[in-house]
Amino acid sequence: MNVQNPIQFEPITAAHSGPVELTILPEATRFNLRIDPAGLAAASTAFGVDLPERIGGWAESATRSAICLGPDEWVLLAEETDRQAIEASFAGIYSDVPHSLTDISDREIAIEITGDRAAELLTVACPRNLDAIAPGSGVRTLFDSAQVVLYRDTSDKFRIEVWRSFFPHVWELLIIANKELASGL
Amino acid sequence: MLLIHCPYCDETLPELEFAYAGEAHIDRPEDPSAMTDEEWRDFLFIRNNKRGTHFERWRHINGCARFFNAVRDTVSDKFLTTYKAGTPRPSDAELEELGK
Ligand SMILES: [Zn+2]
Repeated sequence: MNVQNPIQFEPITAAHSGPVELTILPEATRFNLRIDPAGLAAASTAFGVDLPERIGGWAESATRSAICLGPDEWVLLAEETDRQAIEASFAGIYSDVPHSLTDISDREIAIEITGDRAAELLTVACPRNLDAIAPGSGVRTLFDSAQVVLYRDTSDKFRIEVWRSFFPHVWELLIIANKELASGL
Repeated sequence: MLLIHCPYCDETLPELEFAYAGEAHIDRPEDPSAMTDEEWRDFLFIRNNKRGTHFERWRHINGCARFFNAVRDTVSDKFLTTYKAGTPRPSDAELEELGK
C-alpha cells in the first residue's frame, strides 16, 4: 500500500482524527461493466456472482462482489490478482453477449469509514438520506463536489470509492469533519 | 433543496445529483439536409420557454447516469411527474390529476 497524499508528500493509510476510523483500503481489481440486462445471466456465470438487478443492489461471493449503479451498469470488485482471470472469463462470452468491460482498478481509491458516528460524519458532505441506504447496498452519489460510489457494509461501516484525483479533497474533508465531531461541534 | 424522483432508481433524491438537460420531446429531423436554414435554426435553438407546465429532460448524472423526462411547473418549481425516456408524454387529463 503506497498511496501518496499529494499535499503532504508522505504515505498515508489511516487517520484517527476523531471518533470515526478512516482507513485507505488495499489496491483491488475493479471493472466497470456495461451490458444489456438480457445478458445478465451469462455475465453472472462469467463473474461467479449473481449480478444484482436492482439499482443499488450489491451481491457478494467469498472474494468478489458486484454493485448495480444504473439500468445497464455494474462495478465488479475482486482481489488484485484476479484481474486476468476475469478478463479471460468475459472474453469467453463476448461473441454471444456483447458488452463493455473496462478496467478501472487504478482510477479509484477506497476509503473505509467505521464507527458509531460514521453515518453522521458522512452527512457533512453527502446529500443522500443515509438511512435509506440499507446495509449491504450502495449507490453512486456525491461527496461534497466529488462523484463517489458509497457502499454500506453494516449500519456503522461504510466505504467510499473516489476517483484518484479527487481523493486528497475527500480525504482532507473527512479528517476535518472527524475533528469537528471530536471537538463536539 | 428540490427532491426529484428518478424513474430508473425509483427513488426521490436530492437535486444535487441531477442536471437539467433542456426541453423534452424534440424530435431530431430525419433528413437535416432537406431542411431550410430557418427550419434547422428552429430545431437547434428555438424553444418554448413556457410559463407554467414545462416538459423537460433531466439527467441523474451523479447517480444512475440516465436521462429521463419530467413535467415541472416553471412558476412554482413543483415537479408534477417524471417518466422514463422514450415513453409518451402524459396527457392533459393525467397532468390535471397529478396537479391536484
Ligand atoms: Zn437514477
